[in-house]
Amino acid sequence: MQVDLRILRYDPERDAGPHWVSYSVEAEPMDRVLDLLHRVKYEVDGSLTFRRSCAHGVCGSDAMLINGRNRLACKIRVEQLGRRRMSVAPLPGLPVIKDLVVDMDGFFAKYRSVQPFLISNGPPPTRERLQSPEDRARYDDTTKCILCAACTSSCPSFWAQPSYVGPAAIVQAHRFIFDSRDEGTDERLEILADPDGVWRCRTIFNCTDACPRGIEVTRAILEVSAAIVERQA
Amino acid sequence: MLIRYRAREGMLAWAFHRISGVAIWVFVIFHVIDIFLSGADPGAYDTVLQIYASPIGRLAETLLGAALLYHALNGLRIIVMDFWPIFTRYHRQLWYLNWALFTIVGLPVAFVILKPIFGQ
Repeated sequence: MQVDLRILRYDPERDAGPHWVSYSVEAEPMDRVLDLLHRVKYEVDGSLTFRRSCAHGVCGSDAMLINGRNRLACKIRVEQLGRRRMSVAPLPGLPVIKDLVVDMDGFFAKYRSVQPFLISNGPPPTRERLQSPEDRARYDDTTKCILCAACTSSCPSFWAQPSYVGPAAIVQAHRFIFDSRDEGTDERLEILADPDGVWRCRTIFNCTDACPRGIEVTRAILEVSAAIVERQA
Repeated sequence: MLIRYRAREGMLAWAFHRISGVAIWVFVIFHVIDIFLSGADPGAYDTVLQIYASPIGRLAETLLGAALLYHALNGLRIIVMDFWPIFTRYHRQLWYLNWALFTIVGLPVAFVILKPIFGQ
């Protein structure tokens, strides 16, 4: 079948601003949006620019605004979109470099700001750091994050206040805050208690809806908020 | 962005919460002014009360009641999720429950406020 694929394109060297370009593309119901973008790039216009790497929902490179919602182009299929007219735009709220490629520097700076690594003050153990299955399960959900930025760039609080640390960084912090082996909880909670930390969350749930890994993002944010309150009580 | 992003229940719940919040704030400003008038200019205060009692005034009061009721119910929904994050799994159901309570409580209240318009 033929589908009408509208892409929000922008080349800073040629265009005054972003503009929609329509492409008529042959598609199968099981094709992914990434397949259609490849078809345009390989067969119609080689200048179309987008990120993708593994193309199987693992690397998180190809998050985009697809039919008005943040999705991974390599995971969402034509049949799931339910219509023959579809739109693809870069992730909202992030500076566009070209076409569907956004500047992720700020996003990764926020990721680094929550210290996303195991902090241990004691001497390194001679064997692995053991943990009970129950303790491991406590933070299992937030280990799944692939840093695609679909959550952070779907958040109206982030659109309004780009200094907000954002859902993805909080998810990464959650992964260590609730890890029984980690000793950096106080430092991370201090970082996230900032006015641009967890308190900017308005429980809008766009992040949870956008997460291609099915992480309960809003729940993780509220659990971190509760941990900050309990620590200060 | 707000218009371009296709909203689901959570975003709609937040948008209505914001809109109703701003509406309540505007009313509070009016309310401060009309209470001030009761001391400063009783004649003007009576005129304002007549406007409140007019059909348009009653319609506005009904909308104010709707804004207050929605804001209160959705506020409780957020409080429930803040205290017990497990309820985030059911945020859509909680929102639909809000609308059920909104209808059950709001319709009789709207009837009482609007009844005089129809001469009853």
